[in-house]
Amino acid sequence: MTTPHPILSILGIVIVAMSIAAFLIWVERRLLALWQDRYGPNRVGPFGLLQVAADSIKIFMKEDWIPPFADKPVFVLAPAIVFVTVLMSFAVLPVAPGIIVSDLNVGLLFFLAMSSLGVYSVVLAGWSSNNKYALVGGLRAAAQMLSYEVFMGLSLMGVVLLAGSFSLPAIVEAQKKIWFVIPQFPGFVLFLIAGFAETRRIPFDLPEAESELVAGYHSEYSGMKFGMFFVGEYMGVTLISSMIAVLFFGGWLGPVLPGVIWFFIKTFFFISFFILVRAALPRPRFDQLMSWGWKVMLPLALANLLATGAAVLIWR
Amino acid sequence: MLSILRTIWYVFLHSFQKRITVQYPEQKPYLPPRNRGRIILSRDPDGGERCVACNLCAVACPVSCIALQATEDSTGRRYPEFFRINFSRCIFCGYCEEACPTYAIQLTPDFEMGEFHRKNLVYEKPDLLIDGPGKYPGYNFWRVAGAKIGGKDKGEAAHETPPVDVRSLLP
Repeated sequence: MTTPHPILSILGIVIVAMSIAAFLIWVERRLLALWQDRYGPNRVGPFGLLQVAADSIKIFMKEDWIPPFADKPVFVLAPAIVFVTVLMSFAVLPVAPGIIVSDLNVGLLFFLAMSSLGVYSVVLAGWSSNNKYALVGGLRAAAQMLSYEVFMGLSLMGVVLLAGSFSLPAIVEAQKKIWFVIPQFPGFVLFLIAGFAETRRIPFDLPEAESELVAGYHSEYSGMKFGMFFVGEYMGVTLISSMIAVLFFGGWLGPVLPGVIWFFIKTFFFISFFILVRAALPRPRFDQLMSWGWKVMLPLALANLLATGAAVLIWR
Repeated sequence: MLSILRTIWYVFLHSFQKRITVQYPEQKPYLPPRNRGRIILSRDPDGGERCVACNLCAVACPVSCIALQATEDSTGRRYPEFFRINFSRCIFCGYCEEACPTYAIQLTPDFEMGEFHRKNLVYEKPDLLIDGPGKYPGYNFWRVAGAKIGGKDKGEAAHETPPVDVRSLLP
């Protein structure tokens, strides 16, 4: 397979990632409706597909209001950060052999770094809104990200040990014999849970808990700034899903079909799982979330790392 | 932990269940005949207006959306000169129907009365009056009422005995 021109890969990945994020608005509403025995948006265009267009026209036309009490530069900057950091992570994502923006030899670390930077957007949004609910949301986000970031990195170290590389294409190549989900099943479960916390999706959506905090860190946001948070969240879901596919389910590897198709099938499977969990689970209390993170997940991640390290030492 | 997985599985099983949404504009729901919807004024079987302009509906209306003016025709029959219902106020409680002594005002199972202009929701008598007797076929107030109108004297109503001539009771 020939490697496409770098500009083409960059444009392709950016455009595809953003259109998937926009399309996910429709996908999520239809799937949630399916699991709640409803139909969801099915009026605008075929199967309601143009709902995305209608929603984006609406959100662009809305008044872009900055509260007079807000810290204006930070308030404007915060939604951009979430967007940029997620898009940066897509740079190290191997879609298919050769289709990657930048094959960094520390790709996995770059992904972890960028997803940690994403928390700044939430904290700064909560801070600059100058609103108690937004601030509480931002604080929760900071605490949640700190505690879940720790074992997110640790849960991936097993994969790194097995593959012997931080480069994502190398990790995919190392899964030719067996997908890492089998030897690294605990790591997969831990990363999945950490991924939910990282994208602030429903069991872990305490930063925006609408039943307690109005809308949490984006209470004061409206118009396209609010839209940026939303698109950022959907891009985060896409990113974590594709990362699960790459790290544990062999990325583009698969029989018969071309690699890109396999990659998209696996990614969409996990996106649907994200939505299914949103349809099924309630939100835990905040202290439960923290103690679960530090007292259960972190020791489990460490134990998994220890066991994997021992196994690698013995058999290699 | 296991219960979380079980919950996710049960929710997933809903993919194969029937959706309960009624696709409304294409698929109309069944509304029982007593559903309280658009208000109409009915006529008696002879084709005359049932409404006798007694104002009880206007009094019973909790949001005062009914306005009417009583008048009499040449035969002495009362009827409303105008009858106006402001549906932008109406709460479809059905108290007017309960108050009506002649079954003239009735609520129907029709609710599709959306308008783009609020003033189009003010219905006048020609908009309200229908040609049939509505929910009470065969009922004719003037045929059973003891009142005297043109063409019918006292005591000529159905199930009514002629009025007693008080003078005949004198010793």
